[in-house]
Amino acid sequence: MEFPWRDVAPLPVVVPLGMAAVLAGLGNYIPRRALDIAALLTSVGTVALSLILAAGTVHAPLIYWFGGWKPDARHFPIGIGWVIDPISAGLAAFVALQVTLALLFSWKWFRVVKSLYHVLMLVFLGAMCGLCLSGDIFNLFVWFELMTAAGVALCGYKCHEEGPLQGALNFAVSNSIGAYVTLVGIGFIYAFTGSLNFAGIAAALAARPPPPLFLACVLVFVCAGFLVKSAVFPFHFWLADAHAVAPTPVSVLFSGIMVELGLYAVARIYFGMFAPVFTPHVEAVRVLLLAGGAATALLGAMECFLQHHLKRLLAFSTISHVGLMLIALALLSPAALAGFLLYAFAHGLIKACLFICAGILLHRFGSLDEHVLHGQGASIRGIGVLMVVAALGLMALPPYGTFFASNLVDYARHSEREWIQGVYIFCGALTGGAVVRFALRAFFGLGLKAPVAQATPQHEARETRGDYDRVPIPMALAGGLALALGVLPVALPAYRAAFHTYAAALIGTHLFSAAVLGGPPASIAPSPLLPKLDYWPSLTSLAFALVLVWSVLVPVVRRGTHAVFETWRRFQHFQTGRVGDYVAWLVAGLAAWAALLAVQMR
Amino acid sequence: MTHLPYFVAAYLLLMGLYGVTTSRNLIHLILCLTVVQAATYVVLAAVGYRPGATAPIFADISTHRPAVDPVVQALMLTDIVVEATVVALLLAITVQIKKRTGDVDPDRVDEFKG
Amino acid sequence: MSRGWRIFLFVFGAAGLAAAFAALSLPLPGPSSLRSRYLEAINSRTVPERHATDAVSAVNFDYRGFDTLGEEFILFVSVSGAMVLLREGREQHGKLLPDGMARGREVAGSDAVRLWVLAMLAPKILFGLYVVTHGQLTPGGGFQGGVILATAAFILYLGDGFDCFRRVVPHGLVEIGEAMGAGGYVAIGLLAFLSGREFLTNFLPLGRPGQVTAAGTMPVISLLTGLEVTAGFTLLMFSFLQETLTPKEDIDE
Repeated sequence: MEFPWRDVAPLPVVVPLGMAAVLAGLGNYIPRRALDIAALLTSVGTVALSLILAAGTVHAPLIYWFGGWKPDARHFPIGIGWVIDPISAGLAAFVALQVTLALLFSWKWFRVVKSLYHVLMLVFLGAMCGLCLSGDIFNLFVWFELMTAAGVALCGYKCHEEGPLQGALNFAVSNSIGAYVTLVGIGFIYAFTGSLNFAGIAAALAARPPPPLFLACVLVFVCAGFLVKSAVFPFHFWLADAHAVAPTPVSVLFSGIMVELGLYAVARIYFGMFAPVFTPHVEAVRVLLLAGGAATALLGAMECFLQHHLKRLLAFSTISHVGLMLIALALLSPAALAGFLLYAFAHGLIKACLFICAGILLHRFGSLDEHVLHGQGASIRGIGVLMVVAALGLMALPPYGTFFASNLVDYARHSEREWIQGVYIFCGALTGGAVVRFALRAFFGLGLKAPVAQATPQHEARETRGDYDRVPIPMALAGGLALALGVLPVALPAYRAAFHTYAAALIGTHLFSAAVLGGPPASIAPSPLLPKLDYWPSLTSLAFALVLVWSVLVPVVRRGTHAVFETWRRFQHFQTGRVGDYVAWLVAGLAAWAALLAVQMR
Repeated sequence: MTHLPYFVAAYLLLMGLYGVTTSRNLIHLILCLTVVQAATYVVLAAVGYRPGATAPIFADISTHRPAVDPVVQALMLTDIVVEATVVALLLAITVQIKKRTGDVDPDRVDEFKG
Repeated sequence: MSRGWRIFLFVFGAAGLAAAFAALSLPLPGPSSLRSRYLEAINSRTVPERHATDAVSAVNFDYRGFDTLGEEFILFVSVSGAMVLLREGREQHGKLLPDGMARGREVAGSDAVRLWVLAMLAPKILFGLYVVTHGQLTPGGGFQGGVILATAAFILYLGDGFDCFRRVVPHGLVEIGEAMGAGGYVAIGLLAFLSGREFLTNFLPLGRPGQVTAAGTMPVISLLTGLEVTAGFTLLMFSFLQETLTPKEDIDE
């Protein structure tokens, strides 16, 4: 008997949600150890289920209809359909892996409130898996909203401090407005096509293409919520506030997977519904996404290097790398999309490792400020080394996935648009350099001990309890595991080739449409092409980063570069922490994005 | 005037957003957010509307009578739940912010400069 | 950024969004010529195929039942989230609250209000149960009925204050009920799944259109949703009331 792949399909969502309900019901009666074990087993199980799904779909996508509602005799999809391919299932496995790391970090020492922390984490997991697998625009929206709701609660988890509350507020308001705009877009697309299924919408749009202006606006509207979620310029402001104040395991998930999922959803929406009708306008979409990506990457990198608070530094670094990923996505070719996915996986794990290091610092010293910590970290230099090693990944050095990913992007631009390589080098150097600088100061005591600014709190509330003089083994294990998993599989050429094959399949999702709507089954053809590897950009990035770090840490040089950094500091004026400003940017940004696309499509 | 509902929705959306942008009180801001959300209700209701059609309840009418779109109404129900959620979470945050800072002005934030 | 710049930015964006709205709505045909195959499919199939006379509920609990599962969990997570966000920290106990944050005091209700609440309670519960159980027949269902049922708990507070609310509403049981509402939906889906059908397939006998038990799993799901919504909103009220009304000495984390 063949393995029942089909039956596995809903489980990556259903199992975590079901377990969340069980844990919520048992909340008052279940000991902490059992909670930890149950949650960890669930997330590990979800990894396994998603991997099984990925293995089952290597030759052809799996189409699953909830409630058994297959398309009717006229090929109209009446129920909710999922289209599962190795990319979506693999991403779900990656989500569950990140949740596993986060739960491992929170093992025993993280402060929990009854079973609520575990419940929220498991619902967050289920929602993110649903977002990966869904093939129905409204269903996608439901998981997106569930993810936001769980995310807001987790972000404000340390609700006895002001920062997390403000962060959660900015998160909730920005993302809700994005979601409403997305819903308006869904309403219009439904009015025009009468369908909510990706394939159904693609078929209806192909049969009766709407005017270009409508297309431009509806694409921007539908993607709005996901662009806000993935913190693309100028929708990115909330991210730095939220990621920096969330508890460590939550930051791991926010930076390690949530923002990447936002971009992935944009890719799914574009390739699943719009790619055929946008064929004549593909250059317009490309220019729009490239502009957005470049602005996000540069701004994030500049702000990143100016930060002294580790979590905030990492949050801006995430913004910068989102920009780099968006640039990869923007090229809209199989190789570039493979680069995007490979980058998302690699970056997610590097960020997970770095945030876990931040969590260890917070556990050990009760502070995350570079100047407060100056030299203190000498007792746990191993963690400092781990941070520096992870920072090399941000500079896209081999053997990290980011290295192979940027090579793919480089290949995909076909010797045009030289500036893309420049942006990758520059942002890699700044974001990687910032982490190296932090580690050298905090763990090795390099550089002058600068006076700590008055406004900086010397200590922040700890999120863990227990023995503060040691690094708990599960925490260190989670950090090391994140880094190892980020490096090891990428070494296999077959693993990288798989990305290329299935990225090509994802781009051709609309080719699955016939299969979704009841036609002949689709199949995935391998395209094992891999570009030649170029080491120079990564090495340039490393050299630039070292120069930057040197220029900050060595006092003589520092005086010379001071003026440059002061000019940079002007960028910070936009990051006001006020939600009203962020909403104004959001509104103006949406209008600008729609206008930019519409003007080019004319 | 067949497009009037969409203009009403646009009006609600923009007024709500204006309120959120300029609000000086978090409770007011949350209510403005529900106004923004009301725009989505109007869009969905307008999309499902058919002239002369009844509600899609076939308890006492024939299934051949034209009825408005039940799908968007189901979507709207989800939308309403989403609103309840967002409002509940934001109000909880507001209660705590008021307790920590004694203030509910979203513009008085010192935490995140730069 | 000054307020002036903020408003300038907003007005610029708002003008653009208004234009975008026009670009989105003008190409749409008027409502009389708008066509949706989804509408036609659902409205013509609901009664013969599902024996449910409320097409909206049929979409919610059957055709697109999986969305509703997500929706129920959105409510579920907001309740858990609010409970997390409203918890009283031990570290807060010693600290003084900022000025103007003296805890709210309740005003004692009058006998007239109490009598009215007492009179309203039974009809409210009855009406809520009616709406929950008749979702597949007429407008209503678990969400709508659940909210009505939750207000029954709420008027207890209106009538006799939080102490009465706390005495009458069994907090632990409500928490378990909420989890059962959410978990039960998953369980119903899995039951179909275990018998070899797709997740959330409507596997129960459909009955006769118009019966309270008609439409297979729909009334069951509606009941579970009703449980979830009632318990969820009651817990939300409990958390908010406790946070703002309980004297500090009472709290043990």
